Amino acid sequence: MANYASDADFRTKLQGWIPKLVLSPSIAMMLVFVYGFIIYTVYLSFTNSKMLPKYDLIGLDNYVRLWGLSTWWTAVTNLAIFASLYIIICTVIGLTLAILLDQKIRGEGMLRPIYLYPMALSFIVTGTAWKWFLDPGIGLENTMHLWGWESFEFNWIKDRNMAIYTIVIAAVWQTSGFVMAMFLAGLRGIDNEILKAAQIDGASNWQLYRRIVIPMLRPAFLSAFVILAHLAVKSYDLVIALTGGGPGRATELPATFMYSYTFTRNQMGTGAASAVIMLMTIAAIMMPYLYAELKEKP
Amino acid sequence: MAAATQDSAVSSGKITRVFIYLVLLLSALFYLLPFFVMVVNSLKPLEEITGGNMMALPQTWTIEPWLKAWSTAQIGVEATGLKPYFLNSILMVVPAVVISTGLGALNGYVLTKWRFRGDTLLFGLLLFSCFIPFQIVLIPMATILGKIGLAGSIPGLVLVHVVYGVGFTTLYYRNYYAAFPTELVHAAMIDGAGFFRIFWRIMLPVSGPITVVSVIWQFTNVWNDFLFGASFGGQTQPMTVALNNLVQSSTGVKEYNVHFAGAILAALPTLLVYIVAGRYFVRGLMAGSVKG
Repeated sequence: MANYASDADFRTKLQGWIPKLVLSPSIAMMLVFVYGFIIYTVYLSFTNSKMLPKYDLIGLDNYVRLWGLSTWWTAVTNLAIFASLYIIICTVIGLTLAILLDQKIRGEGMLRPIYLYPMALSFIVTGTAWKWFLDPGIGLENTMHLWGWESFEFNWIKDRNMAIYTIVIAAVWQTSGFVMAMFLAGLRGIDNEILKAAQIDGASNWQLYRRIVIPMLRPAFLSAFVILAHLAVKSYDLVIALTGGGPGRATELPATFMYSYTFTRNQMGTGAASAVIMLMTIAAIMMPYLYAELKEKP
Repeated sequence: MAAATQDSAVSSGKITRVFIYLVLLLSALFYLLPFFVMVVNSLKPLEEITGGNMMALPQTWTIEPWLKAWSTAQIGVEATGLKPYFLNSILMVVPAVVISTGLGALNGYVLTKWRFRGDTLLFGLLLFSCFIPFQIVLIPMATILGKIGLAGSIPGLVLVHVVYGVGFTTLYYRNYYAAFPTELVHAAMIDGAGFFRIFWRIMLPVSGPITVVSVIWQFTNVWNDFLFGASFGGQTQPMTVALNNLVQSSTGVKEYNVHFAGAILAALPTLLVYIVAGRYFVRGLMAGSVKG
């Protein structure tokens, strides 16, 4: 009898441990490959690593050097331009299309996938497509000339001052449909009775959207902002495929800067420092959001 | 979306409606145009591209660029076409998707139905790991993959994609299982069902919709990844890296039509998945991520 009891006891204990055992591989991977690696990279950013990691600390030198580099400033300025335009334009286009699609449109089932499909593509494919589409020699400019609009000029992709905007165009093309879907889901979640009540009170369509609908879309705005902002900071492939960081270094972003400094120019310490700055930017955006998300849920 | 037919409270005049349709159709044109240009020009001989209009349909239709992109185009130093890289991508994507989705389902199950002290913190850490810029892990990852002998190999890439994909899959399953009545799980426990039996018999049968989301998400992300493939691919580069090498190669004549065909080949699997199951993806994703 005593034997049976201890056996059952053991089984209950085991049952208690199984969930944690099942979870542990993922947690172990996360602790090593995410947080361990972050600590390692942060450490490297305080060392004089060149081609290979070195472990003697040199203080803040890499950070001082980084913020003294004009290439880094170009990358940061480009990110500021790119991120703000990308977020604003995607949100405006996404919201507009969602509101228009929500007007009992015939063929909505056809239009939605057309707006959305670019999200299924790789940024490398998007970059390749837009690279040739915007190329003055064979793309849009050439087409307009052949159609008789001789004075048409669109050579942003070859222009140092304008090239960063071509990245905005391609990135907006890729993601704005996804933002539309997020807003559409938000719109469909709004209770129609509220809108009807407001209409009886004499609100115009414009007022209806400005005063009631858009404020109710707050969660969708927040999600869209967080997703777009983190995509912007991480943007790497699109730049590689569309402009390769050029002309010159005109479209360099922090992500491409980090890669070329670490692996091509063998300035690992500086590269690590730039990665740390990128992580801090993301953390500043994500932390409050995640904190709020996790706190309100039981 | 079932609510699509709901009675909209907003009414509008005839001119407004014409305007709305106009905007919607022009937007559709904007989204379709670049892809249309790629398809049309991948079916033209090269002279028609360099000497002609990119919007025009081919005068002589040819599938030569497609064959060339697939089997004989110069990628890097070898003229192998994209075929071997396509296979690399398949060999990488399938295990990565299966493993990360399986782990995500189990994690989501534990985090919602077998809760313990500190589980929210662990989940928060896992969730944040989805959003880190991968530049922060590139240097140590390159070192570690070299040390454990997985650098430049398919298993190495699978490992990387599982590690950085499991956060998202866990997020999906956790949100989905959170809505599943815990009383049912407790009832099964009282009846003597164990951890795995409950998962197998009760949770998995209702997991269809979220599994679609997780599989599509992981498939698209892993297939479309460029950074990890370029950093750790070595000799076994995935499709995206090969495509970039093809397009950026500076030797010889730029064969635009071959580039376009290659780009469409690289996009085809994810486009197919999207066309077949995209509806379920958006539906499932929105149910989880946007709180009405």
